[in-house]
Amino acid sequence: MIKRIAAVLAALALTAAGAEAQEVKVGVNLPYTGIGAEFAQLVDRGMELYLKLNPDKVRPYKITLIKRDVKDPGGANAKIVVQELLTQDNVDVLAGWIYSPNAIASAPIVTAGKKLAVIMNAGTAHITTLSPYYVRTSFSMWHAGYALGEAAAKLMHAKTAVVGYTDFPPGKDSLAAFKRAFESHGGKVVDEIPMGSAGAVPDFTPFFQRAKDKKPDVFFVFVPAGDHAAAVVKTYAALGMREAGIRLIGPGDITQDTKLQAMGAAAVGLVTMHHYHADLENAENKRFVEAWKKEYGAATTPDFMAVGGYDGMAAIVHVVQTLKGKVDADKALEALKGWKFNSPRGPIMIDPVTRDIVMNEYLSEAVMKDGRVFQKVIGRIDAVKDACKEQKIGPCAPK
Amino acid sequence: MIVGADVASVLLGGVAAGMVLFIVSVGLSITMGLMGFVNLAHGGFAMLGGYAIVYAMKVWGLGFVPALVFGFVVTAAGSAVLERLLYARLYKAAELDQVLFTIGLVFIMIAAVTLWFGPENQPVALPAMLQGQIDLGITRYRTYSVVLIAIGIVIVAGLWLGFERTRMGAQIRAAVDNRRMAESLGINIDRLFTATFAFGSGMAALGGGLGAEFLGLDPQYALKYLVYFLIVVAVGGLGRVTGVFYAALLIGVLDFVLKKYLPQGGALFIYALTILVLLWRPQGLFGARA
Repeated sequence: MIKRIAAVLAALALTAAGAEAQEVKVGVNLPYTGIGAEFAQLVDRGMELYLKLNPDKVRPYKITLIKRDVKDPGGANAKIVVQELLTQDNVDVLAGWIYSPNAIASAPIVTAGKKLAVIMNAGTAHITTLSPYYVRTSFSMWHAGYALGEAAAKLMHAKTAVVGYTDFPPGKDSLAAFKRAFESHGGKVVDEIPMGSAGAVPDFTPFFQRAKDKKPDVFFVFVPAGDHAAAVVKTYAALGMREAGIRLIGPGDITQDTKLQAMGAAAVGLVTMHHYHADLENAENKRFVEAWKKEYGAATTPDFMAVGGYDGMAAIVHVVQTLKGKVDADKALEALKGWKFNSPRGPIMIDPVTRDIVMNEYLSEAVMKDGRVFQKVIGRIDAVKDACKEQKIGPCAPK
Repeated sequence: MIVGADVASVLLGGVAAGMVLFIVSVGLSITMGLMGFVNLAHGGFAMLGGYAIVYAMKVWGLGFVPALVFGFVVTAAGSAVLERLLYARLYKAAELDQVLFTIGLVFIMIAAVTLWFGPENQPVALPAMLQGQIDLGITRYRTYSVVLIAIGIVIVAGLWLGFERTRMGAQIRAAVDNRRMAESLGINIDRLFTATFAFGSGMAALGGGLGAEFLGLDPQYALKYLVYFLIVVAVGGLGRVTGVFYAALLIGVLDFVLKKYLPQGGALFIYALTILVLLWRPQGLFGARA
């Protein structure tokens, strides 16, 4: 009898708790260990920071992050993790995806699971076409690649370019984006060099020597942010390519904020196109960087990955509020289509047609200022859409 | 002259890469040849040494050369302790047990380094005089590669003399060729092995520090370059300093040339080449016939 009463009481307590705070479970897949661990930390911190800074926007709901490690960019682990998040943890929303191959591999599971899935980094353009539940708050490779191809030809007056890229989907995407824009504005890509895999940082010397021999006006490099980028800048300087009159350009991955200061003077003169860096001068970003340093230490800095996580969490919170805590995937998509947000990177919007992000792109040059490397904005293009889907190119064309 | 400069720069780049491989791999070759112990944690010692070197430079402000010495000593001492406490128990164990043990050790090393230093790459600040370019007459090339080649030559000469001309070198060679006979001649194999193991790990540490400019330095280092180290040892033959040297140079230069002129092939060539070499000569190009 006593047992039965206890059971009833427990059940009552549970329902009461349920009424108190509707819990929304967000299943996060990130490479918490392995070569992507530092990226995972950035996205993770971005998400956590949004929740921490905006408790009033989350209330009365409770957002629980269930974090799972996908280890590597291979795809297989990510697929298993996403499946487990859906079937065992019964999450309401999926989020994460640092690496494109992981997002590509997970797509069928996401579609079958019928849950909103927020991509916070993976940038291969056509990913969002692979599942109707994918919404991207990070970027497409075409955002920066295409814009930079145009800028290289029109603003930097480059005639020839060599493209070096890490040989995996976003690398090929970046190459295609840059080449299309550069060549349609009168430039010529004279060589395309695949430079090893995303899984390990190669010694870039042989690839860069090949590029140097071709004597292009600009050397466009796409590598994953992080250690690849640091090695790129180092090798560029060590081989004397700057002295040879070859300008190193690329998406902001090569001047990732977290690596920039360690590159030191070697980074000066790099010209990048990207949607975010910590030196952007807008009020929202000042607040964001300040809060970040207060939370995670003055020596740390947010970067574009952190902003992908931050904005992604803002999108999820928006959905939770709009749907009053009951996150149905199709209604969530409706809530996010055309959603506008004042992000640290400037105004952003989710394109109602493609579910991809629309945002500003900034052309920046690394300069020395007050004893540190500073990214000076030298040009801006407003409200850039993913050119791959915009122009219906290759796998981005609707089927 | 263009062709000459081109060949020179390819050779310099490849040989410098080979030197790094040699410095790291030579210890692995000797321990595997000497005790037949499959030490997959060797790359881990290279990584730990690299971290010790970076730490000494960053936190204590040591110069590059003193930091290298520090890294060598600390890693050698640490590995000697591990050898006595752990490795020694598995000398008679099956190869699979050794592999499992050392791979487990690698994971512990990776986790420990991630915990203390974080997952990110640790940049090694080279002294200003080693940065930039140097004019070699025929071509201009990065100073550090040239210096690295010089260091590699000094090391291989020192090791060759040590192995061929000293008593301890003779003991090691004897033990590699025929362990039982060496023991029955009164050579203290245990002590010899501890010393060799420590020395090999110290060399790996040196390679970790010297090579960080090219290979980087992060917790995954211990695993991601292990394949290259093992290839060098397999191609060079076990327990042969000169064999490892030639193999490292061969692989360094070939890898460089193939990557430069046929980048589409990626890393494929080097693995294909290894398979061919081992099919042709299972004991390695420079190893003694088993």
